[in-house]
Amino acid sequence: MALLQTTATLFNKELRTELRSRELITTTIVFIVLVVVLFSFTFDPTSTESRRFGPGLLWLAFLFAASLMLQPCFLREQLNDTLSALRMASPDPFAIFLAKLAANTMFLLLTELLMLPVFAVLYNVPVWHVLPSLALVLFAGSVGICVAGTAVAAISAQARMRELLLPLLLLPLLTPVLIASTEATAALLAEKPELRLDWLGFLAAFDLVFLTALWLFGEFLLEE
Amino acid sequence: MTSTGAPLGLRCSNLEKRFGNFMALRRISFEIRAGEAVALAGHNGSGKTTFLRIAAGLSRPTSGSLHVGSEDILSTAVRMRIGFVAHQTMLYDELTAEENLLLFARLQGIAASAERAAELLRETGLTERRRSLVRTFSRGMRQRLTIARALLHAPSLLLFDEPGTGLDAPGISWLAATLLRVRQAGCTILMSLHGQAELAAVASRALRLEAGSLAADSSSGESIESVLRVKER
Repeated sequence: MALLQTTATLFNKELRTELRSRELITTTIVFIVLVVVLFSFTFDPTSTESRRFGPGLLWLAFLFAASLMLQPCFLREQLNDTLSALRMASPDPFAIFLAKLAANTMFLLLTELLMLPVFAVLYNVPVWHVLPSLALVLFAGSVGICVAGTAVAAISAQARMRELLLPLLLLPLLTPVLIASTEATAALLAEKPELRLDWLGFLAAFDLVFLTALWLFGEFLLEE
Repeated sequence: MTSTGAPLGLRCSNLEKRFGNFMALRRISFEIRAGEAVALAGHNGSGKTTFLRIAAGLSRPTSGSLHVGSEDILSTAVRMRIGFVAHQTMLYDELTAEENLLLFARLQGIAASAERAAELLRETGLTERRRSLVRTFSRGMRQRLTIARALLHAPSLLLFDEPGTGLDAPGISWLAATLLRVRQAGCTILMSLHGQAELAAVASRALRLEAGSLAADSSSGESIESVLRVKER
């Protein structure tokens, strides 16, 4: 109960600071739109072609945007050393990660949902008829990206060359998420849509493993 | 608000901290009794900040031990009974003064968090600016709010790293009076100082660090003034 209360208090803080600065959401939305629009200029895809490579493109755009969005989540705690204040005040350091994970996932999902209509129009792929299933895949994939990304952001924030370190560590780590999310999305956007529970289960397992690792070792990641 | 629980003493034994090849603290051993107010002096780079960050449980010593009360400093429970003022403000610029205090009060599980925040805003003279974002504050106002944040949960041990930074003369007087009051309430205080006789007057003991080693302790007979007098380099 204390963990949930602390997480809720910190999540509220994350939302409030982001809504006032609008650093993460704005940058991420602009980045994803740019990638998807610029890529659409490079060829004129038919609907069949789009169904084949569209999901991969979409998830790559989400992945790069997430690596951009996750970078400041711990860096801005260093500006005034607020991370130290949080460590001293929070009864459970895991709550700091949970709140950041929840906020990052929410911001990423928001940008993904805003991105879907742009993708559907530019690549001529209808998504509306599979939206509930697609939302489920987006959620599982986004949690995967954010749970690993939040951990790596905590590590890289204390390192030299931190701007370079986060994508270098994160992108290879997220290869399984990229494959599973792309396959699950491709199956949903196929002519005969299908919700692939095997890939969804894989994503859920990935999320669970990283969440457990954060719970066990999170405090060490926050140490100086 | 009186101190939460019994005052906490501090005991370190052969404490060392190394950053790469640089030895920031060298085999430091001393004890601060519960309820004592100790001033920590030393040149820039003498190890005061490193020591205080270890004592706050934020940095792990390379070797040796530091206990607060009977517990190792790396325990979360003991860390929550410490109030810490560092060089940086430890405040969120994008939150208001009131939101900052409420955030930390709620994290620390203070029951009447709104009342406690209002009380501290009144004491720091920031009530009128309680709804202003911290980024609009002057350095002195930020420092007052930082001190208020450290006092929120009525800590049993206060660790202050140059708490007078940015404060004007009335601010220093306010801080000295506040420190005296918390000391009388039973709180143990360890503060690093550069000059500021008014704050030094609160101390019942002084320690001096030189190049990471404990160079002087007023409890061994030397006067507090002489221990605090840092020699010209």
